[in-house]
Amino acid sequence: MAELAAVIASTHHPFYYRASTSTGADRPPFADEWVAKIERFRETLTRAEPDVLVMVGSDHFHQLWLDNMPQFLVGKAPFFDANFYNEEREFGLPRMTLRGEEDLAAHLLRDGLDRDFDLAFSNELRIDHSITCPIITLRPQADLPIVPVYTNIFAPPLPQPRRFVQLGRAIREMVESWESDKRVAVIGTGHLSLELGGPRQFGEHGPDPEFDRKAVEWIASGDIEGCLAEVSLDSLHAPGNATHGFMDFMLMMGVAGEGQKADHVDTLDLFHTMEAYFTWYPNGAPA
Amino acid sequence: MSRYLLDKFLYTVDRDPALVERYREDPAGTVEWWEAEMANRLLNCTDDERTTWLAFTDDERRALREHDHVTLFRMGAHPFLTLTLFIAMFERDHGPLEYQKAYGKAMEHLSLPYPDIST
Repeated sequence: MAELAAVIASTHHPFYYRASTSTGADRPPFADEWVAKIERFRETLTRAEPDVLVMVGSDHFHQLWLDNMPQFLVGKAPFFDANFYNEEREFGLPRMTLRGEEDLAAHLLRDGLDRDFDLAFSNELRIDHSITCPIITLRPQADLPIVPVYTNIFAPPLPQPRRFVQLGRAIREMVESWESDKRVAVIGTGHLSLELGGPRQFGEHGPDPEFDRKAVEWIASGDIEGCLAEVSLDSLHAPGNATHGFMDFMLMMGVAGEGQKADHVDTLDLFHTMEAYFTWYPNGAPA
Repeated sequence: MSRYLLDKFLYTVDRDPALVERYREDPAGTVEWWEAEMANRLLNCTDDERTTWLAFTDDERRALREHDHVTLFRMGAHPFLTLTLFIAMFERDHGPLEYQKAYGKAMEHLSLPYPDIST
């Protein structure tokens, strides 16, 4: 059976690419510290020596639209082109093409359906920065095949937070029951408190530092029950109008498991939002 | 009121570089053309398979014609779509992050709960 080599949860900040590659007067003052943290984070994936990456993210109204909106979708294709014109325009993100791992995608779809997750699928999926940002930060050589898993954190009505946790638990079991000798890392990205297009956007910090503090503690300690006791679809409006992206972190807590302390925890307080990085090694830290 | 159609306008304009420029330069003309030609186009079907019933209200048309992002927010247009398109149109006229901060400040009188954005 396949081995779950690492579980990684991260924010996906679309400005990292530009900040980390800019020079001279264009380079923001926080860039060096940010790059140093990302390089330490990247090492946690490199050490796990993965062969395949399951990438959990959320389409930002790029290919998926309100005339036909899936709640959870698995990409099954030999290749995934990546990034869209408006991400190039606003964030300077490069166009990319990643290989797909169709056998694992087919396994997640079949096994997921049989576990009562009515997963949608796509055989021609262009992925966006929710998946390419962690490729850029964690695996910039973009050399490993992926299975994209998209969640709807964006277009209400949304699935309940507990459903994200349940899907995370199922993804873990499904990866570990994949008949393969491959080493799989599951990487998912979301947000802490975040406001987009509302009065609290682009402040000195994220819109709700207290929520961020609690969220980091829930994730770092694997406190799924504590998190579920406080987080609801309604409550997530309070920390910022885009904070439902936190449910992708909850999905990753489900992958990591109840009470599982993260082996790597790091944060960076930036303007507009707090960055947060977590790695778990389910079978012990690599030597 | 059709939050869906507002979102469809913002979405289809934002993803097309030529339409972004056209909406910036000629908002009234772009909104009129879009409602006549694009509003009832099913995005994943051939042109002949048109929807028959989508139209803006007068208030929606006015908010789009006036580039009024505060009213669009109050109407429940998806804030991510509005923000992304408006940054594409107007960030270029301002210093770094100046536009984004002014965009938020123009809404500082609004408080929770925000308008429903479900469609």
